[in-house]
Amino acid sequence: MLTEEEKKEIQEEIKQYPYPAVACIDALKIVQNHRGWVSDESVRDIAQLLSISNEEVDSVATFYSRIYRKPVGRNVILICDSVSCMILGYESLYNYISKKIGVSFGGTTSDGRFTLLPISCLGDCDNAPVMMINNDHFNRLTIEKIDELLDRYK
Amino acid sequence: MERPLTKHIKPGSVSLNMKDYIQLGGYGNLQKALKNIAPAEVTALVKASNLLGRGGAGFPTGVKWSLIPMDGDKSTPKYLVCNADEMEPGTFKDRYLLEGNPHQLIEGMIISAYAIQAGKAYIFLRWAYKKAEKILREAIADAYKSGYLGKNILGSGFNLDLYVHSSAGRYMCGEETALLNSLEGKRAMPRTKPPFPAISGLFGRPTVVNNVETLSWISHIVEHGAEWFKGLSLTPTGGTKLFGVSGRVKNPGTWELPLGISMRELLEEHAGGMTPGHKFRGALPGGASTDFLIEDHLDVKLDFSTVAAAGSRLGTGTMIVLDDKTCPVAFIHNVEKFFALESCGWCTPCREGLPWVEKMLASIEEGTGKMEYLDLLNFNAKFMGPGNTFCAHAPGAAEPLQSGLKYFHDDFVKHITDKKCPWR
Ligand SMILES: Cc1cc2nc3c(=O)[nH]c(=O)nc-3n(C[C@H](O)[C@H](O)[C@H](O)COP(=O)(O)O)c2cc1C
Ligand code: SF4
Ligand code: FES
Repeated sequence: MLTEEEKKEIQEEIKQYPYPAVACIDALKIVQNHRGWVSDESVRDIAQLLSISNEEVDSVATFYSRIYRKPVGRNVILICDSVSCMILGYESLYNYISKKIGVSFGGTTSDGRFTLLPISCLGDCDNAPVMMINNDHFNRLTIEKIDELLDRYK
Repeated sequence: MERPLTKHIKPGSVSLNMKDYIQLGGYGNLQKALKNIAPAEVTALVKASNLLGRGGAGFPTGVKWSLIPMDGDKSTPKYLVCNADEMEPGTFKDRYLLEGNPHQLIEGMIISAYAIQAGKAYIFLRWAYKKAEKILREAIADAYKSGYLGKNILGSGFNLDLYVHSSAGRYMCGEETALLNSLEGKRAMPRTKPPFPAISGLFGRPTVVNNVETLSWISHIVEHGAEWFKGLSLTPTGGTKLFGVSGRVKNPGTWELPLGISMRELLEEHAGGMTPGHKFRGALPGGASTDFLIEDHLDVKLDFSTVAAAGSRLGTGTMIVLDDKTCPVAFIHNVEKFFALESCGWCTPCREGLPWVEKMLASIEEGTGKMEYLDLLNFNAKFMGPGNTFCAHAPGAAEPLQSGLKYFHDDFVKHITDKKCPWR
């Protein structure tokens, strides 16, 4: 069941469009914003609200890389693995973080604190290497900075 | 040297707010256009300036606008869309404009919407640009408050609503027809052309899609005119361009420079040359989807036609430098992996070819590659080339591959014969 708040936010988006289905991506983002990810149940709820099929909603949800169809940890670490960050050594950052939290790309720590994911270029290549934690952006990273950074996210 | 787009951008990416922008004469050009210039004349002015689109393809902006029907049914709106998706690896120029001077873009968009008589406009923003999103939302709210957006703008009778759509992440969203599908809440798959968006775009209505940098020019062109714009470049094209450099250079960054400066000047004077201990081996001059240029090309002038004549594309103007401490096979593998991941899956050469290419490159990099892979890679690059696929994604992916195979042939061969990567 969508919460009243989620429904209200989605209705707000629908208003600016000619028909409700247009709000599909917005709706997925709203639900993910509240719950961290989008479950099968949420897909069905969104489909109902927008008067489209579950399959249509799921086809959109699975197309976009920033919609999670599986649960993620409380904090999501996104390490840029594109070319400029590769040249500037993202791999050593990855190795360090992966060892420190004990999971590889795609994994979530057993305490649910972190999910570690690779991400394509974050548009800050002149300040490589770059990563994001949740909505926060960090650049010119060195291994020395990592411990303190991760400590901020509980 | 004039730097119209960036001269008011403060260092440290502090955004120029409404008050400061107005103090510098901001929104004066909007007033001028709404009062004294007819919509068709704005389009004629942009056409006369020869402003080429800054999103990568370099299509003349005025020509694009003039394809919009100006007489038809006025009951449903036409649309203007700003392409701020900027997801191509190595590209970071639009971010600088979005964060640094949002009102320059917004004023440009209002004038552009007026020219084509669009009633609604969208900024399609890359998902990762959280800071730019906040800045844009605030700037748009300020513009509404001052009467530059909304109903009857500055008493002219012209109405415009402007929205920000933050993407859900997928490189394909940057392709303009895929972007329109995404704005309609669908998967970002490209559409058949024709009909072009100017005839049937967002919700089937006439639509113009332009890049952030392109739209940021419009108020300046209204202010100073077409001849002034043409005089800004060293080559006949017109205008300055945002250039960027990333990789192992001393001073990576973004600069606004005249079109037509040489690659050498960009790399040596602005990017400060290579990091000590590193040698230049080549560069993708305009983002990941452009062909390599090498040392022989350092004197090539950076403009659309001159870079094309050298066998590559100016693309987005943001250069990725390959140095001698980085394995060229690993570089190309990284780029092709991105393209394979981001393919929308519609056409065979892209959906099937790219993962195949990626696998072969991975095995060459690991030292398990075979000589015949080189032919297979070239074969795939040809198949992915222009004319065989539905959109420019696969042709873009073919560019660094085909040129990399040509210029770094010996490195590929060494990986295969030595059965290991010489850089590891
Ligand atoms: C796969 C792909 C991705 C693209 N990404 C972008 C982008 O992020 N930003 C952009 O402005 N243009 C991008 N383009 C080019 C657009 O399709 C379009 O040409 C451009 O937005 C038009 O604006 P302009 O005429 O102002 O250059 C992309 C094209 C392709 C094929
Ligand atoms: S070239 Fe690739 S990305 Fe473009 S439509 Fe075909 S499969 Fe999709
Ligand atoms: S390659 Fe990492 S931010 Fe662009």
